[in-house]
Amino acid sequence: MSARDLFTFSNPHFTRGVGITAAILIVTAVVGFIVLPFAQPWVQFANVWDAICSAAGVPQRAANVTAPEQAKRLSEVVLTSNTLSRPSQEAIGRGATLAQRCAICHGPTGISRADSPNLAGQYAAVIYKELHDFRSGARTNAVMSPFAVNLTDQEIADLSLYYAYLPRLPAYHPTPQLPKPNIVIYGAPMRGIAPCGSCHGSLDNKTGSPWLEGQSETYMKAQLLAFASGDRRNDISQQMRNIARAMTPQEIDQAAAYYASQPPDIVKAVD
Amino acid sequence: MLVNRKLILAHFWLAFAVFGIALTLGAWQMFIRSPIGTWLSNPELYYRSLTAHGTVMGYVFPTLVAMGFGYAISESALEQRLVGVRWAWTGFWLIVIGSIMAVIPVALGRASVLYTFYPPLIGNVFYYLGVVLVVVGSWIWVALMSVNLSVWRKAHPGAPVPLAMYANVAGSYLWAWTAVGAALELLLQIIPVAAGLKATIDAGLARVFFSWTLHAIVYFWLMPTYIAYYTIVPRAIGGRVYSDSMARISFILFLVVAMPIGMHHTFADPMVGAGFKFIHSAFTALVALPTLLTVFTICASVEIAARLRGGRGLFGWIRALPWDNPMMLALAFSFVMLGFGGAGGLINMSYQLDASIHNTQWITGHFHLIFGGAIVIMYFAIAYDLWPHLTGRELIDLRLIRTQLWLWFVGMIVTTFPWHWVGILGMPRRMAYFDFGDPAIAPQALSVTFSAIGGFILLTSGILFLVILARGMRAPGADAGPYRFALAVHQPATVPLALNTHALWVALMIALTLTNYGYPILTLAMTEGTSVPAVYVGAQ
Ligand code: HEM
Ligand SMILES: [Cu+2]
Repeated sequence: MSARDLFTFSNPHFTRGVGITAAILIVTAVVGFIVLPFAQPWVQFANVWDAICSAAGVPQRAANVTAPEQAKRLSEVVLTSNTLSRPSQEAIGRGATLAQRCAICHGPTGISRADSPNLAGQYAAVIYKELHDFRSGARTNAVMSPFAVNLTDQEIADLSLYYAYLPRLPAYHPTPQLPKPNIVIYGAPMRGIAPCGSCHGSLDNKTGSPWLEGQSETYMKAQLLAFASGDRRNDISQQMRNIARAMTPQEIDQAAAYYASQPPDIVKAVD
Repeated sequence: MLVNRKLILAHFWLAFAVFGIALTLGAWQMFIRSPIGTWLSNPELYYRSLTAHGTVMGYVFPTLVAMGFGYAISESALEQRLVGVRWAWTGFWLIVIGSIMAVIPVALGRASVLYTFYPPLIGNVFYYLGVVLVVVGSWIWVALMSVNLSVWRKAHPGAPVPLAMYANVAGSYLWAWTAVGAALELLLQIIPVAAGLKATIDAGLARVFFSWTLHAIVYFWLMPTYIAYYTIVPRAIGGRVYSDSMARISFILFLVVAMPIGMHHTFADPMVGAGFKFIHSAFTALVALPTLLTVFTICASVEIAARLRGGRGLFGWIRALPWDNPMMLALAFSFVMLGFGGAGGLINMSYQLDASIHNTQWITGHFHLIFGGAIVIMYFAIAYDLWPHLTGRELIDLRLIRTQLWLWFVGMIVTTFPWHWVGILGMPRRMAYFDFGDPAIAPQALSVTFSAIGGFILLTSGILFLVILARGMRAPGADAGPYRFALAVHQPATVPLALNTHALWVALMIALTLTNYGYPILTLAMTEGTSVPAVYVGAQ
């Protein structure tokens, strides 16, 4: 065997093999890049080259128009693996000082008596994101917003680390533990609702989602309704709005009651 | 001449042992998400199981079968002791170590990413390293197949390479090249993120790399089956291969057109241009050609056997076939499943029709029918055929073997037909839970129940298979004689250079990969801002 006998046009297998393959490639390319693009009357191409580029998927710069001003601001928080890494004792200490002004609603130990969220032991990323959103206006609340507007980036990070550092304590509204409702562990596949527990603990936790065990039932219910109505819109890509809109009122009640009844020390997460 | 029987047996036993485990997981998955199972309320367990099932069935099991069978072919078709036995054992142990390394994080729930990896989902780095070791182990086999063939060529200049070995080496080259896509994805993209060196990943590019592997790997799974069709079945039923050249042409066609078509797995993805999708779709249509050639040639070869046994008439010869021969039975079952599966495949490969079944249970139904059915039933047949030669003992209970094959066939039909059906109705795949109490899917409960019952039939058949092989290790000794492959009606004295070597077809395979994948990969790799943050399994 020698490559010279094989790869030569005097070898009919070579000529035919390469010829047929190339012919098929050329025909399919012409159809795919020229004929089919122009066969779509609803798309306009300036010329053949334009059609080819479109069919090849050449990345296009978006036309240089400024995006219409959003009526409401969206969340712009970016979290990287370094954002809150390695909490220092000083940062936690600074956070503790700052947190004194939060205590009136969120409780001196981070446990609220006022249907505000409990913050003790909440994930740092969650507090970080919410404070940024309150500051930017992506999330608004008559009480909370004024507190957040004047915080610096540093202060937000310190507060987040401080609250994450506090131990998770039982809430003030002890209720008997309820069994897991379907919406929490199964979601509702037919309505495109993933189980609450797949992001908020119970099953798994996803970055940016708070754990909910022991939170106020009233508060959680209010938030779900706000997501459903669109009053609250700082969830990235409408993750929570899409879910809340599809939930039935009973499911909202069940999920809120279930999470409120759980002791926070069972929070399952790898942290 | 089978000298290194221990090596071959080791491959087969490991293959079938992991197959048995993965099969059990499959039956459990089927059951637990059906209306007859009570939901275990933790989807994570389902995805652990699914990752293990897919990884074993997709990577470990077929690779080991191809390797073991490849070594057997090399020794018996070339009548030459295997060159590089030590390397072969190295490859085997790499696969053992890789599999263990991959399965531990999966079992711990640290790598529930499914066998398609699904970036930006990122699991424990050892899972991916384990998969890499499995692939590296198999690459050693590829190299050995090539080396053994060239040693033989030196000793037999110009002689026609035996068909079984020609096909076997074609399959190994196909695997070597198609594995490169996933290897690039793992080494350049996923492993750096899993190891914590990077925190973002270009999921679109990763999917394109994976599609490079995902289609042709299917033909790599198929190779042992096709080799068995051509070179074992006709001999086993007392016939001859209708055409040696037709067989060679089928195998080289697989080499050329199996590769540049993988983007039919990305029809629904936005990052590839429609023109490339069309080219891949058109080339996918071409891949039907070698299969049609094969069906024709094998039917003709089977007819030869029937007529030699005195069969007559236009179709009357079918009755003259040796239906009590397990090989005949396996072939018939395999063809029926290949026919139905192939018809379903026509839907998957068309750009538009695919949209209606994309990511539904139809897809899982489809590949279980083709892969688990048409292909794996021939793996069983190969094992039955080789076993007496490997163990030096006879497989006595043909009846049990026939029962096992029947059960697999019936089980596969009962499992996959309703599986396709619920897919058409829109039931999504890769879901851990379905609420059959919901009126919207309540009517599908019955179909899914049938599938689950089919799953248990398959499990029974799989256990039976292992029992038969295990009993075969202890049966009374009997000399099975040398292992032989089928002869052609016209056994070739010379074969044209192009059909006796692989270089031309490998060159075309690589060239088509460049034309069909080059531009999409390069643009994706060079476009800025296409990466997204990784999502680590189980991490907060
Ligand atoms: C040799 C036989 C088989 C092979 C090669 C095979 C292969 C595979 C592969 C590659 C997957 C994809 C995994 C994924 O989507 O990530 C899969 C999924 C699955 N297999 Fe198998 N399998 C086989 C037998 C079985 C059997 C016998 C059953 C049932 C008894 C079964 C049940 C399942 C189920 C339920 C899924 C998951 C489908 C989904 O949720 O999307 N498999 N199989
Ligand atoms: Cu494919």
